Amino acid sequence: MTTHVLGDTGILTGRSLRHILRSPDTIITTAVTPIALMLLFVYVLGGAINTGSDESYVNYMLPGILLITIASGIAYTAYRLFLDMQGGIFERFQSMPIARSSVLWGHVLTSLVSNLISVAIVIGVALIMGFRTGASVGAWLAVAGILILFTLALTWLAVIAGLSAKTVDGASAFSYPLIFLPFISSAFVPTDSMPGPVAWFAENQPVTSIVNTIRALFAGDPVGSEIWIALAWIVGIFVVAYAFAIAAYRRKIS
Amino acid sequence: MTTQQTLGPAIRVQGIEKSFKDLNVLRGVDFEVARGSIFALLGSNGAGKTTLVRILSTLLKADAGAATVHGFDVAAMAGDVRESISLTGQFAAVDEVLTGRENLVLVAKLRHLKDPGAIADDLLARFSLTEAGNRRAGTYSGGMRRRLDIAMSLIGNPPIIFLDEPTTGLDPQARIDVWQTVKALAANGTTVLLTTQYLDEAEQLADRIAILHKGTIIRNGTLAELKQLLPPATVEYVEKQPSLEDVFLALVGDTGDESNGAAETSAADRTVAARKEPR
Repeated sequence: MTTHVLGDTGILTGRSLRHILRSPDTIITTAVTPIALMLLFVYVLGGAINTGSDESYVNYMLPGILLITIASGIAYTAYRLFLDMQGGIFERFQSMPIARSSVLWGHVLTSLVSNLISVAIVIGVALIMGFRTGASVGAWLAVAGILILFTLALTWLAVIAGLSAKTVDGASAFSYPLIFLPFISSAFVPTDSMPGPVAWFAENQPVTSIVNTIRALFAGDPVGSEIWIALAWIVGIFVVAYAFAIAAYRRKIS
Repeated sequence: MTTQQTLGPAIRVQGIEKSFKDLNVLRGVDFEVARGSIFALLGSNGAGKTTLVRILSTLLKADAGAATVHGFDVAAMAGDVRESISLTGQFAAVDEVLTGRENLVLVAKLRHLKDPGAIADDLLARFSLTEAGNRRAGTYSGGMRRRLDIAMSLIGNPPIIFLDEPTTGLDPQARIDVWQTVKALAANGTTVLLTTQYLDEAEQLADRIAILHKGTIIRNGTLAELKQLLPPATVEYVEKQPSLEDVFLALVGDTGDESNGAAETSAADRTVAARKEPR
């Protein structure tokens, strides 16, 4: 039956992508909040923020905005998974001769596609607001790779939430701290402007290294060792979240 | 399909036990279901019917005992069991965002069948859903949703079908539609295990009836056998008042092809011999 994993995943991904096509508001609402934040920071607060570089502020804060976009987008994955389990469709799939992991992977790949669309919309708005980059094709690919990995890692966190939530609200509430994390990082202001303990936290949490790496890639600067710290964080979150998600899934279907 | 035809009963359940924390839901359940028959598990809410169906359809593992479905052990050969069954759960398992037709196509694709579109169109026609086929299932009435749900379960012609309270929450007409479908399935050789809390449903449909009470089967037999458990019936003549169901069906008219006897004869002034058990 394992031979069907890819085929079944494809069919189930098609199913949940159709859900998104029928309610495109999930993509739009995902993009609206980051865009509003971007407008607020660039046109209201940005003038008073000294980033210590001569880059435009929209260039400076876009990486953090992209991470916020993804962090809010994955909540829909937990939501859709939770609804599947509440209705009978999850049990129907489980009682059918299909590869069992494909039920989760269908949701994960759908999350990837919808988040990348939201990210593209946000980048489009940023370009209108004056975002400019001289990044090479290789740098763009590196940014895309980091964002894809980041989405996958957070999506598996969303899978845990979706599988173990008791209510719809619980299924999406887990994403609030994730959305908040970029504010205590180098995403909007340099960390050295923060008081000691806060600066220490900001410098040693995953968002800062990821933001700095993407910022350097967009600016065409050397990324240095920061990219390895960023990748270690992302892959670490991915592996741990995946393991817990699969364990939660096993408990659910056994 | 890896399923091969196996001899012996379609379903065999031996000493199945299951508890959730300190609640003993099933305490040693035994029964067999013959191939091509309709077997009804009768029990009140909380008797353990759904738990048993979930174990037999590989959604839940039993704490003790053994069960085979289509000759395959539910614990050791769950994959083969899933190839042989279809489950229609208590709550219509349809995707509300997809249309009726898309729901059917989805299941046909997941069962790796050729020409899912043709299978879907055929089932839409059989279940009088052709017109509604391109509407979202979320807009369907309870009866249509249940019909779609059962249609999804028939895809791939599994030899054994589990129906968990298939008519709960349906109006009388939709209930009769479901009964006709179940009878037609059994007539074509499909084994049907259905759970119900409606006594008349078991009486109408089942070849054998097992009464599940407090986690065990307290009686198992044909309707005639179960009736013999009570003292012989005395025959009395009573005027049969039309039941509200008779009135409802007579007023709304169309009840399908086979079972509209109640609606066609003038139910009001019939006098029939009714069984009345002595107190």
